[in-house]
Amino acid sequence: MSRVLSMRGLSVDYLTGTSPVHAVDDVTLDLRRGEILGLAGESGSGKSTLANAVARLLRPPAMVTAGEVLYHPADGEPVDVLRMNAKALRRFRWRELSVVFQSAMNSLNPVATLGAQIDDTLRAHDNTLSTSDRQDRATELLRRVGISADRARSYPHELSGGMRQRAAIAIALALNPEIIIMDEPTTALDVVVQRDILAEISALRAEYGFAVVFITHDLSLLLSIADRIAVMYAGRMVEVGAARDVHDAPSHPYTYGLLHSFPRLRGPREELLGIPGTPPDLRDLPPGCPFHPRCRFAVDACAERTPSIQEVHSGQFAACLAHDAGAYHGPVPVELSGEGSGR
Amino acid sequence: MTEHGAEVLTAENVTKHFTASRGGRFGRRRPPVRAVEDVSLSLSAGRITAMVGESGCGKSTVARLLAQIYPPTAGRILLHGKQIGRTRDYRRQVQMVFQDPFASLNPFHKVYYHLARPLRLHGHARTRAEVDEQVAALLERVSLTPVEQFAHKLPHELSGGQRQRVAIARALAVRPVALIADEPVSMLDVSIRLGVLRLLEQLAREENLALLYITHDIASARYFADDILVMYAGQLIEQGPAERVTDDPAHPYTRLLLSAAPDPDRIEAPADAGTDHGEPPSLISPPSGCRFHPRCPVALPTCSTVVPGRAEVADAHWTSCHLYDEARVDA
Repeated sequence: MSRVLSMRGLSVDYLTGTSPVHAVDDVTLDLRRGEILGLAGESGSGKSTLANAVARLLRPPAMVTAGEVLYHPADGEPVDVLRMNAKALRRFRWRELSVVFQSAMNSLNPVATLGAQIDDTLRAHDNTLSTSDRQDRATELLRRVGISADRARSYPHELSGGMRQRAAIAIALALNPEIIIMDEPTTALDVVVQRDILAEISALRAEYGFAVVFITHDLSLLLSIADRIAVMYAGRMVEVGAARDVHDAPSHPYTYGLLHSFPRLRGPREELLGIPGTPPDLRDLPPGCPFHPRCRFAVDACAERTPSIQEVHSGQFAACLAHDAGAYHGPVPVELSGEGSGR
Repeated sequence: MTEHGAEVLTAENVTKHFTASRGGRFGRRRPPVRAVEDVSLSLSAGRITAMVGESGCGKSTVARLLAQIYPPTAGRILLHGKQIGRTRDYRRQVQMVFQDPFASLNPFHKVYYHLARPLRLHGHARTRAEVDEQVAALLERVSLTPVEQFAHKLPHELSGGQRQRVAIARALAVRPVALIADEPVSMLDVSIRLGVLRLLEQLAREENLALLYITHDIASARYFADDILVMYAGQLIEQGPAERVTDDPAHPYTRLLLSAAPDPDRIEAPADAGTDHGEPPSLISPPSGCRFHPRCPVALPTCSTVVPGRAEVADAHWTSCHLYDEARVDA
């Protein structure tokens, strides 16, 4: 499948205090056309920073220090989003890439009606539409995300949390973008509403064919919606692979630990392994692999060498020395080998 | 020590209405919010009871009523079968752990202070040496070691999981018989939730605590609790042994909750696109009859008019739903 966005060696630092904090460290990741890519990680793992870097939404003290973000239009040459001038960026945002933020409560304007907010978006990014075109489009968008058209005259406070999130998705869809970044779009919602919104996102994706970067801390949720999953830890990409493969045969110990941290809804009550310790302080990362102090498979070499991400099975990548025959003496732990590790 | 399985804390037909002050238009009295309606439950020594429900269903209000942070509008809270007022003696026996460990610890005080204060106030330790010794024991109890190091840290120097452990140690300081944990892990990172839940589980078993675990995560309730209570729009609608409720749910709402919970083992993607399951009702003017009837896929005509009573579906498993009317216990 062709790529629509590719990040190459992307690094973002927060320039605070005496030494910079590496919030995102050398991340290389492709987003394919029309896929839902799940980006998982705990707080402080750099997932939101990465998304903001791609949308060029970073503000000082955050700064991109290395790498490029290439956007591949359906026709034409790839362009580096990080080098776009103000005019090109304005054309890129919302027509090619839009964003749905975690809290629709905060991303919607409390003193404007839904209709007016969709109208604003359309007018700002497409000056060819007439007033009645824009009205028709606003009605159509609201209907498409499951909000009745008469709600266009409602203010955000008159809507429930789920409706507000649907409205934010409608605004993101306004100009038929190729890419939608969704940063924890359902975290503040209840499970039933969350499930309805996820189903809505899947249906809209099938209809319009946009690609989604779906950011969440909840790996169990990603397994049911994403095509591929990327897992971040301490600013680094530690595992990327098809959702089923990551679930059935994780190849990074952190992913393995996460999958054994949440209880199952069905089947026998099995023992949960969990992950010992706490997430590291980005200002004071352990040497070598940042995960090694919490890793059940760590060997001495893990404290010395930082593993780079490499392909371990077809289409599945992991940054772990266990897959590096030169550094990890002895057999690859069976849990990470892709054999018998399926749950 | 209370005998294992003995009833410790009981709520009898407890109702809580919140009235807004008379600040409404033209000084009119606003209608009350019916947060909790006719809830009866009991917690037993050494058992973990989970209370599951969506936000706004009243589960935190029940927690606060049980801890007697505020009095109920109607009904009684009984400790060992006796009604005790909101006294220091009650606080010594019933303690609470709150959701947000960033807000529940005083940022200006060290861990030592947070633990020493309840010990002194409730007379468990009088001399400095006693306090030191018991603070160390408490920290060890919640696995915050080395003890000397943690005792002299300020809350901001701790991670979320460590803070929650301090909050648990503080609750244990008074040697309670019942502990109410209101969403104790929902603010924590996934990789550290398990450790905190295990600690609570271990405490309930070893100290014979009656533990109420309030959560929106029904999978964790199944895993850690002995019994599950399901709450909807201020009312309890189902109760039973944890695995029975999750594997064989009786109430349509419990089924909806279970089908909506993320389940990585369920392979197919969300297929019911375009269906809107609606959202919980307003508690100012809740629906008549069964409060779930406007969202219920199997609602009967009687559901909109008659409040369903408790019906026994199996041993120790009941639900409030007209579908089970022939099994009504109070009919």
